[in-house]
Amino acid sequence: MTEQQGPEEQPAGVSRRRLFGWLGAGTAGVVAAGATGGLIGRSTAQEPAPGGPRADDAVPFTGPHQAGIVTPAQDRLHFVALDVTTDDRDELVAVLKAWTDAARRMTAGRDAGPVGAVDGERYAPPDDTGEAIGLPPSGLTLTIGFGPTLFTAADGTDRFGLAARRPAPLTELPAFPGDQLRPEISGGDLCIQACANDPQVAVHAVRNLVRLGAGVVSVRWSQLGFGRTSSTSTGQDTPRNLFGFKDGTNNLKAEASAGLDRFVWVADGDSGADWLAGGSYLVTRRIRMLIEPWDTSSLDEQHRTIGRTKGSGAPLGQQAEFDPVDFTKQVDGEFAIPETSHVFLAHPTNSGTAILRRGYSFVDGSDGLGRLDAGLFFIAYQRDPATGFVQVQRNLRLDAMNEYIRHTSSAVFACPPGVQGDDDWWGRALFEG
Amino acid sequence: MSLRDRRLALLPALALVVLTAACGGSDDGGDGGGGTPADTIPVAASDDACDVEADELPAGTHEFEITNEGSKVTEFYVYAEGDRVMAEIENIAPGLSRPLLVELPAGEYETVCKPGMIGDGIRNPLTVTGEAAQLSEDESLAQAGVDYQRYVQSQTGALIEQTTAFVDAVKAGDVEGAKALYPVARTYWERIEPVAEIFGDLDPLIDGREGDQEEGQDFTGFHRIEQALWVTGDVSAMGPYADNLLADVRRVVELADETTLEPLQLANGAKALLDEVATGKITGEEERYSRTDLWDFAANVEGSQAAVQALRPFLEEADPELVAEIDERFAETEAELGQYRAGDGWMLHDQLTQDQLKGLSDRITALTESVSQVAAVVARR
Repeated sequence: MTEQQGPEEQPAGVSRRRLFGWLGAGTAGVVAAGATGGLIGRSTAQEPAPGGPRADDAVPFTGPHQAGIVTPAQDRLHFVALDVTTDDRDELVAVLKAWTDAARRMTAGRDAGPVGAVDGERYAPPDDTGEAIGLPPSGLTLTIGFGPTLFTAADGTDRFGLAARRPAPLTELPAFPGDQLRPEISGGDLCIQACANDPQVAVHAVRNLVRLGAGVVSVRWSQLGFGRTSSTSTGQDTPRNLFGFKDGTNNLKAEASAGLDRFVWVADGDSGADWLAGGSYLVTRRIRMLIEPWDTSSLDEQHRTIGRTKGSGAPLGQQAEFDPVDFTKQVDGEFAIPETSHVFLAHPTNSGTAILRRGYSFVDGSDGLGRLDAGLFFIAYQRDPATGFVQVQRNLRLDAMNEYIRHTSSAVFACPPGVQGDDDWWGRALFEG
Repeated sequence: MSLRDRRLALLPALALVVLTAACGGSDDGGDGGGGTPADTIPVAASDDACDVEADELPAGTHEFEITNEGSKVTEFYVYAEGDRVMAEIENIAPGLSRPLLVELPAGEYETVCKPGMIGDGIRNPLTVTGEAAQLSEDESLAQAGVDYQRYVQSQTGALIEQTTAFVDAVKAGDVEGAKALYPVARTYWERIEPVAEIFGDLDPLIDGREGDQEEGQDFTGFHRIEQALWVTGDVSAMGPYADNLLADVRRVVELADETTLEPLQLANGAKALLDEVATGKITGEEERYSRTDLWDFAANVEGSQAAVQALRPFLEEADPELVAEIDERFAETEAELGQYRAGDGWMLHDQLTQDQLKGLSDRITALTESVSQVAAVVARR
């Protein structure tokens, strides 16, 4: 939901007050917009679309980075956060290895277990649950992350001898004004993000991984999502979120490698790089949209809340979706883009940073009062949460959109680099290093 | 109960062996095996001791004479490794003595008294010397059904006694007394439910929940009386229901005592009992008026373990790793549940937090994954 659009060039004539007045607010150590705006702009700029994979295809499971981060965002999500219920490090490692094997198979469109859903013994439970029989790989990606509590429990216990290996940036997110977080659907020792172009494929993957973890891990919370709300490739159209607006017009894109290296991937020399280099930090926020008040607000109010037009997605004062945001433009003696609009506050020029968003819409039925329990399951990847999501979110304190949203869940995870080779497994460098 | 339909569907495939020979018709709930006893070993059971007058015996048939010198109702068991029940006698009231016949091959055992009838009990080692009989896998599988039948018979005796006491209290209008007896009687029922459920027409009459009945069928059994006890506190109309409950329990016991389960049925029964926990007890569906679900939970787990342990000699040869995993997970489940003891019984379902219920659910999920592997190991024979 954060706006990351950046102009190709810094808009001419923008007043220093209008730029820096917002920059200072609560963002200690923020990178000055003047220094980063150009790079962010280039990072998020449109480049020609390559011939992307088809929706049915398999996405390679192995590689230097985990799939599911810059992979062109699939249409469906099943996200699950788990707690480890054993104190036995060996048991946890055994599950991580079993998960890796199953993830290799399932992302290739095969059954979760080596025997399969229907080829096993008559009196044995099948080692695959079967609901994906006959379905193609559907672009399935499975992405694992490790939460702060895996390293050090809330009471300070070093549960698995990992406390010394926790990277400094992997800490609980700070509280933000207006948070209405529910602890039971926040946090988690581990997470698995399953994305696919067929919801049944994503659900099948999570279901089978959860089953493999019985006795060692326990599901803490999970979230289904539909309708990607961000493009992560230049080959994708900008989708609309449940506010009805295009969201993520100028997200960081897979094709912008300089921006990814700067803002998404943990690099050599960063804290925890001995096991995390090539990985990324994942922040999730379940953002409930207050649908009914939004739907009854005027079109003008909606435009001024977001800072874009609902139809084309053009920044206010401009004509087309990809026109540069111009904070100096005035209409009838007032700035076209209000200073409390989401675009104004979330724009890289004013937030001073960039994150890779990968969120999904959700509708979890209704809330018992007849109102839709719906919104955005926000997912962002970044090199450091403090200079990524936290910096952006702090800048949104006066966001007019806050009137229409409530953050109800929050979590942060460190996602290791990709699995490489046949003997590698999720978390090997962390547990063996 | 929600799983009943699924199990009934399996019925035609079940090969029930009804024994008419020596093993049937045991004269009390504690018949532990055939043969003439070589001796009688006194056992002095009290609230904090279990004095067995022997810690070494020759292989063969022995008679234990258990005297309850304590203030609580007690039980006496002879366990082989992994708490496999070799013989068991339930429900020995204070001041009473009861005999227990048991045939013991050479090996290491434990004698156990359970004052108050719950917990791990007071244990002593017992070594049986002589030539260890080496059973073939086939023989140990065949023995499993007989071993489990012995377990069932030990439970059915207590089931009838406790149900009788419960029914008497209901008919006497003793609401508080009946409330106290209700979860105890149900414990014996829930332990052997896989056997009881084989007799499909009796199970709904005894254990049906409100709303499960076919059109025109009356709501009867334990839960009908439970509803009266806890919802209205008025049992004045419950006399006929109480009488029918006892009659139905007697009929099911008569059938169950004569039934030897096939090894595959044992394996599936062990799994089915854990499914009962997951679907009926953790959710609080089973005991919706009394909230005594944790009593049933414990009983289902004990019954499941008894079925697995009957298969243990075979499983130890066929898949020792699985046995080790199952042992560990039963122990974890018991430890998790053990936190919620209250006196000689259990906390009520609505006294547990969602987090506590989740902890129990996690253990049952893991245990079920392991126990669900047993049937295939058996079928591979």
